[in-house]
Amino acid sequence: MHKEFLMGNAAIARGAVAAGLNLICGYPGTPSTEVLETTAKNNDGSIYVEWSVNEKAALELGAGAAYSGARSMVTMKQVGLNVASDPLMSLAYIGVKGGMVIMVADDPGPISSQTEQDTRHFASFSKLPCFDPSSVQEAYDMIQEAFEYSEKYNTPVLFRPTTRVCHGYASINVKDKEEYRVNAPEGFVKDSSKWVIFPRLSYNAHMHIEKRNAELSDVFSEYSRNLVIPASESSCRKGIASHGISYTYVQEALEGKSAPKVFKVSTPFPFPEKMAVEFLSGLDEVLCIEELDPIIERELTYVCGKYHLSTKIYGKLTGNVKTAGENTCDSVAENIASFIGWEKPDTAVLPETPELPVRPPVLCAGCPHRASFFAVKTAMKGKKSVFCGDIGCYTLGNAMPLDMVDTCLCMGAGVNITQGIGKIEPDTSCFAFVGDSTFFASAITGVVNAVYNQADMTLIVLDNSTTAMTGHQPHPGTGRTMMGQVVDKVDISAVLRGVGVKTVETVNPLELDKAVETVKRVSAEKGVKAIIFKSPCAVLIKPDKPVTIDESKCINCKKCINSLGCPGIIIADGKVKIDSSLCTGCRLCTQVCPVNAIGGGCNE
Amino acid sequence: MNKNILLCGVGGQGIVLTSKLTASCAMEKGMSVMSAETIGMAQKGGSVFSFLRLGENIYSPMFGKGQADIIIAFEPAEAVRMLPYLKKGGTVIVNTNPVIPVTSALKASGYCGTEMLEYLRKCDIKLMEVDGNKVCRELGSPKVLNMVMLGEAIRSGVLPFTVDDAVDAMKKTVKPQFAELNEKALRNQN
Repeated sequence: MHKEFLMGNAAIARGAVAAGLNLICGYPGTPSTEVLETTAKNNDGSIYVEWSVNEKAALELGAGAAYSGARSMVTMKQVGLNVASDPLMSLAYIGVKGGMVIMVADDPGPISSQTEQDTRHFASFSKLPCFDPSSVQEAYDMIQEAFEYSEKYNTPVLFRPTTRVCHGYASINVKDKEEYRVNAPEGFVKDSSKWVIFPRLSYNAHMHIEKRNAELSDVFSEYSRNLVIPASESSCRKGIASHGISYTYVQEALEGKSAPKVFKVSTPFPFPEKMAVEFLSGLDEVLCIEELDPIIERELTYVCGKYHLSTKIYGKLTGNVKTAGENTCDSVAENIASFIGWEKPDTAVLPETPELPVRPPVLCAGCPHRASFFAVKTAMKGKKSVFCGDIGCYTLGNAMPLDMVDTCLCMGAGVNITQGIGKIEPDTSCFAFVGDSTFFASAITGVVNAVYNQADMTLIVLDNSTTAMTGHQPHPGTGRTMMGQVVDKVDISAVLRGVGVKTVETVNPLELDKAVETVKRVSAEKGVKAIIFKSPCAVLIKPDKPVTIDESKCINCKKCINSLGCPGIIIADGKVKIDSSLCTGCRLCTQVCPVNAIGGGCNE
Repeated sequence: MNKNILLCGVGGQGIVLTSKLTASCAMEKGMSVMSAETIGMAQKGGSVFSFLRLGENIYSPMFGKGQADIIIAFEPAEAVRMLPYLKKGGTVIVNTNPVIPVTSALKASGYCGTEMLEYLRKCDIKLMEVDGNKVCRELGSPKVLNMVMLGEAIRSGVLPFTVDDAVDAMKKTVKPQFAELNEKALRNQN
């Protein structure tokens, strides 16, 4: 054992490696991404690491490895599990041989997600055991235990941290290499009565799963990470139930105070019922402090009914804890204070603050997406058009002044939303914008659907040769794998031609005139046609020399600022200036300036 | 002695790295450390913070309002934004140079930073102002703002380690060719 300062996601990765991990795969998504990346960094070559094309592919790959006796882990964010839910639901019936952990990171807030869905629901829906760590150290220890349970009960298990555990850092105890478990997979043993899903097998498996989960509820009542902590004073008849990071906020709020009884739930499914009964005994009132959905609150309410207990259960369902968004140390301290009847802590009174500047996330200076959006906007000026967006950095194209994202739903959805709008509004020019990684993940089937069903739309692929939003992971268009191989790229234009798109043009969006001309010409054609705007992510390439403004020419019209919204162009002392620390010399603004006052950059 | 430290500023100013360096200084002293920070979409040009906690009996990587011993603010408006987290009578180290957001440029609103500094001067806090741009110019690189800020924070006496400790920790993390410049920045005194 030694101490290291680790991010929660790194701790999960290191814990899995210490548990004898053989294979890890997943699809990038905040806040889950660093688990796979850390594993890749700590790989001595014995672990197979893969960024899969999407979560469904990853889950199936992980299952195949676990069928063969490997210890496998699949990583994704919460909405990724929606994509992987088809194999997940069936795999729960089939089970595994080697330990298999499905690491799904939830995002209360949400901070960087489409939904505030709670993976603990997926656990009870799929009937799979679920582990919910509350700290970085616990995440490190618990992931190893999750593999043990998975292997012992021959079932995949869900491991569900939330953002503040994933992205929190702590100095924790980690194992030395000599303490690692080594797992040598036996290989796949054929047995069609075991690995081939049929109604008869499913019926038997269903019976078995319900029996096993009843047993696991008892086992988890003895599991050391589910805890009942007695009250400071035995006369106290109030209790608090919590989980995950919120449990640490409860600990903070109770530190140094006369604390009520506390119930920490680390396995939301199967719920540790016996321990819950022990917790509830002698209590008049319980406050449940949870993030996302009131899972513990419903379980405790159910337990009270089942065992005829008169304890009143409070939480989100009773309006005592807010129903959406993250908890914080402050919100939990306040919830507890009003529940117990403590005085609210007095905070320092500050003078009224001046108006603070807002800093919404924006496309980076030099981002080629800005050029792509501006080219389409310019080409379609004055024409009735709809611009459907998708998931990625380019969702930020919705911000002023570009204002080029009319819809955004989920990965790959833009293609067929565009098709749908076009079917109802045939006189509208319909555009779908999709990034390269999202294209591979879930837009290809959408394009096939649109082509075959005679849609009339323009597909814009924003190809920056990386998965930029989540921190530049490789995808099938990049020619790199997580095992360090250089491989043949999957060519986006060849894919599009292969599925029947007849017009596919590739243009550099930073050559503005050519880009605008291409959009005008291609979008006027009938049917499904595609433009690939190809230019690498500005973060990945060496910036060129910043552009400069010739103050004798600049008429201060601010057209550059008002049409592009580039963070590299600022106003200082009432004049338009270039922030040379941000400017990458992409020269888009030089092509927008009406008096040619901006020069320099890459060509000079 | 437990310490709650809050670093804040704008994405790209080197805040996360400074937080890591501070954490390793504390670990060298045998202290337990927890931290939490903004990651992801908000990083570029957005408001960035890092909560850092040193000591024993700490449970959560973040802390509540009124609990920071020190705020190290790389930008004046971000200091004001995070000020509610400062303890009564706590210390604020602020870089006086503003970062103007794109939205300000679009609306041509008048944010220039001085209103924030005037506000901070009115508050009942221990305020130390650092002209980061000037110091960086003197040192010859805009990339050492974070070391300048950390040096100032250590000299305020609030952090439980010395500039020498920070220099040692820095040498273990940065590339050797940048060590001398970073050491100068840490030791720079106004």
